[in-house]
Amino acid sequence: MTATDQDLTEGNKQDAQEFEGLQTPFKRFLSDFCESKLAVLGFLVIVGIVLLAIFAPLLTPTDPYDLTSVTILDSRLAPGEKMMSGTVAYLGTDGAGRDMVSAMIYGLRISLGVGIGSGIIAMLIGISFGLLSAYAGGRIDALFMRIVDIQLSFPAILVALVLLVTLGKGVDKTLIALVVVQWAYYARTIRGTALVERRREYIESAVCLGLSKNRIMFRHLLPNCIAPMIVVGTMQVAHAISLEATLSFLGLGMPQTEPSLGRLISNGFEYILSGKYWISVFPGLALLVTIVSINLVGDRLRDVLNPRLQK
Amino acid sequence: MSVFIIRRLLQSGVVVIIMSFIVFSGVFLIGDPVEILVSDDADQEEREEMIKSMGLDKPFLVQYGIFVSKALKGNLGESFVFNEPALLLILDRMPATMELAVVSLMIAIIFGIPLGVWAGLKPDSWASKSIMTGSILGFSLPTFWVGIMMILLFAVMLGWLPSTGRGDVQVILGMPLSIFSWDGFSHVLMPAVNLALFKLSMVIRLARAGTREVLHQDYIKFAKAKGLQESRIILVHVMKNILIPVVTVLGLEFGGLVAFSVVTETVFAWPGMGKLLIDSIGLLDRPIIVAYLMIIVFLFVFINLVVDILYSILDPRVRLQDVKS
Amino acid sequence: MTQKPTLDVRDLRTYFFTKGGVAKAVDGITFSIAPGKVLGLVGESGSGKTVTGFSILGLVDQPGRVVGGEILYRGEDLNKVSAERMRELRGVNISMIFQDPMMTLNPVLRIDTQMIEAIRAHEKVSKEIARQRARDALGQVGIASPDERLRAYPHQFSGGMRQRVAIAIALLNKPDLIVADEPTTALDVTIQGQILYEVQKLCSQTGTALIWITHDLSVVAGLADQICVMYAGKIVESGEVNAVLDNPMHPYTHGLITSVPSKNKRGAPLSQIPGMAPSLLSLPKGCAFAPRCKWSNSNCQEQPDIRLAPQNRRLLCHNPIEYNNDNIRQETS
Ligand SMILES: Nc1ncnc2c1ncn2[C@@H]1O[C@H](COP(=O)(O)OP(=O)(O)OP(=O)(O)O)[C@@H](O)[C@H]1O
Ligand code: SF4
Ligand SMILES: [Mg+2]
Repeated sequence: MTATDQDLTEGNKQDAQEFEGLQTPFKRFLSDFCESKLAVLGFLVIVGIVLLAIFAPLLTPTDPYDLTSVTILDSRLAPGEKMMSGTVAYLGTDGAGRDMVSAMIYGLRISLGVGIGSGIIAMLIGISFGLLSAYAGGRIDALFMRIVDIQLSFPAILVALVLLVTLGKGVDKTLIALVVVQWAYYARTIRGTALVERRREYIESAVCLGLSKNRIMFRHLLPNCIAPMIVVGTMQVAHAISLEATLSFLGLGMPQTEPSLGRLISNGFEYILSGKYWISVFPGLALLVTIVSINLVGDRLRDVLNPRLQK
Repeated sequence: MSVFIIRRLLQSGVVVIIMSFIVFSGVFLIGDPVEILVSDDADQEEREEMIKSMGLDKPFLVQYGIFVSKALKGNLGESFVFNEPALLLILDRMPATMELAVVSLMIAIIFGIPLGVWAGLKPDSWASKSIMTGSILGFSLPTFWVGIMMILLFAVMLGWLPSTGRGDVQVILGMPLSIFSWDGFSHVLMPAVNLALFKLSMVIRLARAGTREVLHQDYIKFAKAKGLQESRIILVHVMKNILIPVVTVLGLEFGGLVAFSVVTETVFAWPGMGKLLIDSIGLLDRPIIVAYLMIIVFLFVFINLVVDILYSILDPRVRLQDVKS
Repeated sequence: MTQKPTLDVRDLRTYFFTKGGVAKAVDGITFSIAPGKVLGLVGESGSGKTVTGFSILGLVDQPGRVVGGEILYRGEDLNKVSAERMRELRGVNISMIFQDPMMTLNPVLRIDTQMIEAIRAHEKVSKEIARQRARDALGQVGIASPDERLRAYPHQFSGGMRQRVAIAIALLNKPDLIVADEPTTALDVTIQGQILYEVQKLCSQTGTALIWITHDLSVVAGLADQICVMYAGKIVESGEVNAVLDNPMHPYTHGLITSVPSKNKRGAPLSQIPGMAPSLLSLPKGCAFAPRCKWSNSNCQEQPDIRLAPQNRRLLCHNPIEYNNDNIRQETS
């Protein structure tokens, strides 16, 4: 009997060693993530774009918001032509005579800011409602989820459109519209995860230990909801950026004085038929690269973090 | 089954009432109702007359009651710009939008399902990796920008396709449709593809995920053990299982197509109700905005209802539950 | 004995190439089965019984692969035949009943669709004739009002009923060889008896060979002619069923038998095999059973070779238990 026991522990040790070969969860996550070259590329591009947006004033050749330096005489210069000030407009100028490179970097700043900002606010609101819903259960849960269901049954673009028609234009109003559109996704996701986690034993044991409800919610539930939140978050930020651009294109959302990428594209649309492609094409490419990068990363995150899909 | 339908009908009614209330309070309370319903170039006298006739001096709930009773009679106000009932104007534009949405849906299904199933069957192949990367692109490309690029490429640079309008229209079953004439078809093609791209990516992903999940099920192995042809396993056993989620989601997304046609119609100057909405927003023709919203709410609730019923017909498991309940 | 075997499996190896390593789910097994005979395949959970069945039908999915050995069906090596030939054989010549009755039928297709297609995939018969045959098959496995049942969906059936439908499908084309993977575990005793009777009748009448996978030694004792005991991907003992059950020579078989309550040993305390089935990814170097074996000694650090014993028995052990009834008694008490 004792011999058998010893042999068994031998076997367990072997097991344990094999498991150490599988590294810590974070390292494993990292190596899984890096398996996709596209996702890594996407991540690097995002880092670059964010840096570009943060340091916009230092990097742009001209200040597109400085009305004294922007002149209508420079309008619609083709890529590579020289502006009045002598600066070369490598990507041309738009209808108002702004250098496209500068306008795009500033536009990127606004698009990214509105996208990420609304994402964070929506996430906070969504997390609060989702956790509350999951934890309270019963009627509160039913009510919240009914609201979420009804809202999600209407497409985001329509809800945002209605809000902006009633609210008007502006950064703050765009932000509000984007938050309203997004919060429900977060709430639903976090509620789903929290419900699963709640049933797990450790929550029960925490309740038995007499920990306060808030403590349980934030100490125990939240960490387990992080993975799905990251996945939803990346996708939602991409979605918000795209949505903001679309709204701006439709003439709602950002005002003409603070053109986001969508607004720039929209401005260029009137010149498309006359072949002045650059005003629409370049901001569009910038928008595209941004959104695709975020989605590539998000897609990979979902594959890596979703336990159901793991082999 | 009929109990189920009646229950869903009641639920739908409740949603319509709630949404009408939200739209009403949104447009009538947040904005200035006088400004919304009275044309901007009306003088003071006209304004006051309007306020009286609209009952804007009455309490809020009474006003809402008036709005509902008028709406029930099909009166959603008159357009300032066209001086015609808003409802009629929108209904007039509806076939164009519906045509666009249906053609897009067809494109999404006809191309999306086979591509998605293929990607699910051979997940490691070069082709399916490209399909999946392409679908990320489809998700990421903002519809309006793709539309502009399509115009730039196919209309401006290559000159193959017209960039605006509906082209020749034929009246079929009382509806003016473009798709049945060559000229009309050439007009529909670009906007429909543009509108379809997003849903196409979605269908591909759904079909792929469904296929991958179904393929691992024991019943597929059992079907193989019966010696069925590969084609029969894929076309019957796999397809029937993935069609259920795909059809459900797509049905629900049809409303999304109609809503998103706002963007595509604006890009391609497609004379549908979405373009009318954006034009009206630009012209501050508010009754049309209100009417559009109410119609969309109605449409959505209707679609949800139809999809639920369709779903219960498609999936035998759901059907049984409802018979029991 | 002189009859040519229906199935002759030689040194079959099926490995799973997982992220954590190679799992040798089936590792060099050899057995054969003659027409009309029943072979009982027993072993603990995870010992590779199901994978053996799937290997025979060529149904091993990624990341698994048959990496070696021969599966001779009437002299034809199934490892080498084309995919189309394999498809022709499946369902007609060789059929399989799956372990989990809840999962084997497609939830969105009606029973008649799933039965008729199994016939028409191999024979050009009209739908009516196929339906008739499906009806008869349902009757054969004891399903009342088969006409009505044919139009139902799987979820309208209980687990036991579904398993009977699956059995009926396996019997539809009167195969030469049936692999039955714990087919009666989900059934109640009376139905189990009826199915066993039907299957036995089929075997003796039509010469169908049957591989019966089970945990239940009493079923094997009553039904099988031959028995193969599997442990960690290997057949550790095989032979004529009564000889093996009456006189187990491998310590694992011995453990299995003494841990089953039986009429003859009533009152005697049940013994249990100590420890757990090993993980296939970290098998001990020598005999896989060594950590749990009371007979193990230093020899057991080496992989044992197959030994032939009297009465056509084969076993995989360095220290086989010699026949001695007292010996078994002693060990159990
Ligand atoms: N898809 C797979 N991937 C990796 N390993 C697998 C896979 N399928 C089976 N295995 C391995 O094969 C071994 C044998 O599995 P198998 O299903 O044949 O056991 P079994 O004897 O039928 O058990 P049970 O009595 O529980 O049905 C398992 O231990 C498992 O490790
Ligand atoms: S080889 Fe040794 S360890 Fe293995 S079963 Fe035989 S006696 Fe036990
Ligand atoms: Mg098994």
